[in-house]
Amino acid sequence: MLETLMWPLRPPQNWWVAYATLVGVIFMALQISAAVMVYFERKVSAWMQQRYGPWLVGPAGVLQPIADIVKLFFKEELQPKAADKLLFSLAPIISVAACFVAFAPVPFGATTTFFGWLDEPLALQIADLNVGVLAFFAVSSLGVYGIVLAGWASNSKYSLLGGLRSSAQMISYELAYGMALATIVLLAGSMSFREIVDAQAGYYFGMIPRWNVFAVFPFGLVAFLLFFTAGVAETNRAPFDFPEAEQELVAGYHTEYSSMRFAMFFMAEYINMVTVSAVAVNLFLGGWHGPFLSPAYGWIWFLIKLAVLLFIYLWLRWTLPRVRYDQLMSLGWKVMLPLATVNLLVVAAGVLAFGL
Amino acid sequence: MAFDLLLFYFFAAITVGGSLLVVAQRNPIYSVVSIVAAFCGLSGLYVLLEAPFVAVVQIIIYAGAILVLFLFTVMLLNASREDAAEWDRSHPYYRPGPTRVGVVLAVMLLGQLAWVVSRIPELQAGVGDAAPAASSVRLLGRVLFTDYMFAFEVTSILIIAAMVGAVVLAGKRGN
Repeated sequence: MLETLMWPLRPPQNWWVAYATLVGVIFMALQISAAVMVYFERKVSAWMQQRYGPWLVGPAGVLQPIADIVKLFFKEELQPKAADKLLFSLAPIISVAACFVAFAPVPFGATTTFFGWLDEPLALQIADLNVGVLAFFAVSSLGVYGIVLAGWASNSKYSLLGGLRSSAQMISYELAYGMALATIVLLAGSMSFREIVDAQAGYYFGMIPRWNVFAVFPFGLVAFLLFFTAGVAETNRAPFDFPEAEQELVAGYHTEYSSMRFAMFFMAEYINMVTVSAVAVNLFLGGWHGPFLSPAYGWIWFLIKLAVLLFIYLWLRWTLPRVRYDQLMSLGWKVMLPLATVNLLVVAAGVLAFGL
Repeated sequence: MAFDLLLFYFFAAITVGGSLLVVAQRNPIYSVVSIVAAFCGLSGLYVLLEAPFVAVVQIIIYAGAILVLFLFTVMLLNASREDAAEWDRSHPYYRPGPTRVGVVLAVMLLGQLAWVVSRIPELQAGVGDAAPAASSVRLLGRVLFTDYMFAFEVTSILIIAAMVGAVVLAGKRGN
């Protein structure tokens, strides 16, 4: 009897079953992370504005996201008469698919057997590519199609403006984003996430962690700030949330979307935040390396660092007002791109001369 | 191996189907979307050739950057469906001059394709030797900046010339 009840908890029989379980768990965890982020967004914004935030549904309102999802499921799926039928339904699918695939090369823990629970060690990562960093960059750059096509297919002024703004913004910030990634690739001499994280184990002078943020100070720090700022712009979050600026564009590219199609865009935005933060943790903040915990528990460190970065995301949104559109463009092209180029060139010269 | 073959046919079907759709239907936005699909299929083929770097760069440069600009332009110009002009429906012989040049070029391209396909059995011997060079980024960079330095520099001058030309052409209207 007990054995039957415990059946779902027994160890998987071989590596493939364990791997398939891992993929399923990551897929579910990303979806749940979107719900958790929505809850915390509302709670943190309420806290910053001295309100209560959601409190009615469940203890301290924790079931609010579930109520929201159920509500969205039962809403009517509206579609403008003049919309392009095919692309209108394709756009949210592209957005969501791109944000899930972008997480595939991102690791979140050391290779582990869960204390002998599994027969063979399992890497906490879906695909360990030797060009992982570039693969993440490539897939996340495909996400813009979802937004642009949604804006065009809706056949509405606000949506089109949102889509155009989004593509201009993503093209502008992708350059600084890519250059910050290239700086880290140069320092680590590898494009595999796992190798970059493993190169960050240990300490400088026995006290400062060997993270890339602190590498060749201050160039690692500059690269991190550039990466994170460009990441905020890439995920269309405030203060760079032009594609969906409520005060001018109603809701931007998803003005005409309702029900689950709207929910897919919403989910894609939050999962993209999680992915960008996870990549930043891996590349700059030492991934799963940290003091006090054995490598087998490394994923706890990873989650703590991830939570800190995600909190900064929320903090930025509820603190800074939206910048003006021309300021956004001049920041991208005249400040961040030159800074990223100089940073990359100096680090490249350093690597060439001293073999850092 | 059989699985690889299956994947090859899958990606090849996406590439060929996407490329055909680019020219076979008249909505310019659909053309851009189908060429993106074709590039993704092509990138899958590169992965099967064990050249993941080329595959990823294909996506970043073409699908992620250049075609977004294409889409941007098509949307800004608000290009509607292309309707067949009268000469388009007439007999090729009565079409205007440039079309006939195009026909000659198309026939030449078809001839080249036939020649390449006919040579496939001879070429199979050397396949696989170049694979490590294409997958190692370090090696690729070294080859690019030593053996192919001239071609590399000429290409960058060409791109700069094109950029300057675009700025000059676009700037004229403002003055």
